[in-house]
Amino acid sequence: DNEPEKNDGESERPLQRKAQKPKKRKQEDTGRDSRQGKKFVSGVRLIQKFKRKEEMSKSRHKHHKLKRLIAQSEDASKMAQNQAARFDLLLPEDEGFLEGDEGEDTCTISQEDIANAVDISASAKYFNLKLSQFGPYRLDYSKTGQHLLLGGRRGHIACLDWQSKQLMCEINVLESVNDVKWLHSESMYAVAQKKWLYIYDSNGIELHCIRKFNDVLRMQFLPYHFLLATASATSFLQYLDVSVGKEVAAICTKSGRLDVMCQNPYNAIIHLGHPNGTVTLWSPNQKEALVKMLCHQGGVRSVSVDKTGTYMVTSGMDKKLKVYDIRAFKPLKSYFLPTGASCLSLSQRGLLSAATGDVVQVYRDVWSTPVTKPYMAHRVRGAVWGIHFCPFEDVLGVGHGDGFTSMLVPGAGEPNFDGLDANPYRSAKQRQEWEVKALLEKIQPQLISLDPNKLGEVDRATFEQKHQDRIEALGFDPLEKQKFVPRFKKKGRSSAGAVERRKKQVAHEDQREVIKKSIEDKMRTEKEQKQKNSKASAVSKQKSALDRFRK
Amino acid sequence: MKVKVLSRNPDDYVRETKYDIQRVPRNYDPSLHPFEVNREYTRALNATKLERVFAKPFLASLDGHRDGVNCMAKHSTRLSSLLSGSCDGELKIWNLTKRECVRTIQAHEGFVRGIVVRFCGTSFFTVGDDKTIKQWKIQSPEYGEEEEPLNTILGKTVFTGLDHHRQEGVFATCGQQVDIWDEQRSSPIRSFTWGVDSFSSVRFNPVETELLASCASDRSIVLYDMREATPLKKVVMTMRSNTLCWNPMEAYYFTCANEDYNLYTYDMRNLEQPVTVHMDHVSAVLDVDFSPTGKEFVSASFDKTIRIFPKDGGHSREVYHTKRMQHVICIKWSADNKYILSGMEIFLLFSDPQLTHREREAINYSQKLKEKFQHHPQIKRIAHHRHLPKTVYHQSKELRVMREARRRKERNVRKHSKPGSVPVVTEREKHVVTVVK
Repeated sequence: DNEPEKNDGESERPLQRKAQKPKKRKQEDTGRDSRQGKKFVSGVRLIQKFKRKEEMSKSRHKHHKLKRLIAQSEDASKMAQNQAARFDLLLPEDEGFLEGDEGEDTCTISQEDIANAVDISASAKYFNLKLSQFGPYRLDYSKTGQHLLLGGRRGHIACLDWQSKQLMCEINVLESVNDVKWLHSESMYAVAQKKWLYIYDSNGIELHCIRKFNDVLRMQFLPYHFLLATASATSFLQYLDVSVGKEVAAICTKSGRLDVMCQNPYNAIIHLGHPNGTVTLWSPNQKEALVKMLCHQGGVRSVSVDKTGTYMVTSGMDKKLKVYDIRAFKPLKSYFLPTGASCLSLSQRGLLSAATGDVVQVYRDVWSTPVTKPYMAHRVRGAVWGIHFCPFEDVLGVGHGDGFTSMLVPGAGEPNFDGLDANPYRSAKQRQEWEVKALLEKIQPQLISLDPNKLGEVDRATFEQKHQDRIEALGFDPLEKQKFVPRFKKKGRSSAGAVERRKKQVAHEDQREVIKKSIEDKMRTEKEQKQKNSKASAVSKQKSALDRFRK
Repeated sequence: MKVKVLSRNPDDYVRETKYDIQRVPRNYDPSLHPFEVNREYTRALNATKLERVFAKPFLASLDGHRDGVNCMAKHSTRLSSLLSGSCDGELKIWNLTKRECVRTIQAHEGFVRGIVVRFCGTSFFTVGDDKTIKQWKIQSPEYGEEEEPLNTILGKTVFTGLDHHRQEGVFATCGQQVDIWDEQRSSPIRSFTWGVDSFSSVRFNPVETELLASCASDRSIVLYDMREATPLKKVVMTMRSNTLCWNPMEAYYFTCANEDYNLYTYDMRNLEQPVTVHMDHVSAVLDVDFSPTGKEFVSASFDKTIRIFPKDGGHSREVYHTKRMQHVICIKWSADNKYILSGMEIFLLFSDPQLTHREREAINYSQKLKEKFQHHPQIKRIAHHRHLPKTVYHQSKELRVMREARRRKERNVRKHSKPGSVPVVTEREKHVVTVVK
């Protein structure tokens, strides 16, 4: 709350989201399988979606040139906003949905029923991989959602193009595997093994063994910064710049074993969950946690942050599932799950999946409306070890003791991808070009902060603030007035008395200026007051026709 | 149960044949593009760095003169021609595209003081230290023909400069006085003097074609109307102006290159004070020429540098120098707005316009980004950094110190005297002594 500006600007998003949601659900109720369903969203709301900032208030200043510049830029941004909204209407794909018949709960619909009801290419996305030998499995989808990486606890690593079911490589590292993560593209992935961190390429060839990173338990990859963040059993949070292969930061969190970790995709802040119930927020630029939140009584089991960076969902040993607004750091909702959730994952469109034992439950609208029952549920064959929504697909990948299950969750994925950002259908050439461009605009780790738009704002540090910073940097005050030291004069004029007199004279001179100024101010205010009074009296002196009836 | 699961047809997203261009579906949803500002900043930083990396403005030097180049003239109708006169009286005509000399004339004895091409582009005039005005054909002489001037006028005194009228067969010279000549006559049709001993340059106004201005050695700039017998008015400055140039687009403005290291842009209608003072040179400014768009001008200085100023900016946006460059006496901005020609070196100004649409788009985009983030400290530092010769660097530093000391002293004097007795004199007011009409 100490940054009111930020909160003002951003409080809009949740509101807008809230406003949008019910509307959409209403459409779902009223036969919304027509492709025009989306187009009923009112134009104003659609334009709001593309709004970057508030309109500037009209300044009263005389700077004509500046005024014109501001007006021009406002017009341009308004036009861009409108154009983007118009373009939004023409997007080709609609999101998926699932509706039960009257009296039928969607959570009772089985995966087989869904797979039978949808077209053949979509039904192929529901499948099980029975891998009982080296499990339980952790998994990761690549940024485009085309590739799947599986890492078995007992050393089995496989990466595959999961839609065509084509195996890219399969190896056994003969060591326990803690976590697996794709790097920026599907040509490389990182594996946290028993002792060190390894990087393999998509043919299973070991590229690097990074000995600076030991006992890694969890990993997160920040795609725009090319940073691999790792949390280790020795309570170290380390950042590896994968584009140059250098360690950017190593932070000792001093909070024991770190096995709960997630990233905020909105601002690249790393969230860590701790056994004492706190969730801490970290950036590579600070040795201390940015924020510490006490979220649960008992340990935190899993954390997840949504795409817009507004909501954080946590689950703890106290069997509670809590939703926080992490811009205001306020709790929004708290749910009780009888068995507690071991893993959480949020989809691009805000569905929450929670693994409770061997059951995967998917919830909808956990932050806007109080949820009483899950949207979907599915039982897998072993205890769930990792869950992950596939980007741009209505698919939830579940890694468990008995292998891997890819389940269909209608309405999970973003239907329309952006070809320049993450294109699932890109060719090899396009991927190469994208890689070069992405590397060129790699964001420096120094720019990671809670508010990623800070760089685009005017730095309104006051003169005093800047002056204070300068004093701190220099160690002395450069503008401080020097103490008056009277010059030594001869012929007895530097006697103690004379020196004192001269000092006093100078002191008086300084004082005189201050007094002069204060008197001037006083006179001015008095004058203004007088004018105001005279005006008021002039108004009151005017006689009205009704005054004659006054006693 | 009603259900729909995302299932895309790959044919909608992949090109049909390899001869098509790749399909790139877009979605402008801001939530799909995180770190917008940071990425734009990175792009702007890269663009700024690349701009500096590829800033290699020096194109070529034209070798051939045996003595220093004293004056130059652009061809009035042909972009690729350039005329130059040197201190040994030699005149060369250059083909700029081939970068070679096409013709050499021993035009005068002593310096060639001025060259000007007639508006039609068929002939040109030169003046020299041998007190003659010569008219030459642009066309090279036929085989066996002698290299001879079309016309020679013998003057009484040395001429220091000349300029030709835009539409009529009239030209002006300056020296002891400003003379207006008819091409058909051997004596001036009009002579202007205003108690001055000599003039250094004269220029016709490109729009109000009867008007002309000249710089005099008594520190004044004099305006004339060709139709009148006496000069119009003059402004006397604290130091002498070397040359002046009219703005070709807003022809009521002219800029003069002064000995006091500055350039001054005046409005012809109000000479009481200059419109803008352009500072940055660290030695006398010797020549100035406007771009054909009238938005910028280039100045040459005794400090061996060339600077480009925006027409209304107080400081230069660009500085050029090379190792072998000496005091730059003459400078021209090419008529296609692409090159700067100085002494005998050519600088490229703007990149080749033969770009594809996508290249042009990318350049425009990065230009906008640079503009957006120009005040960020790192970008500002990179964009503003110019390598300067040691002497220029130190001299400009020294000048800054001197200026600051003078300002401080004035401030102190004002502080300790009666309020109002030491008025604030702006930089623009400082340099004008009087205006005489």
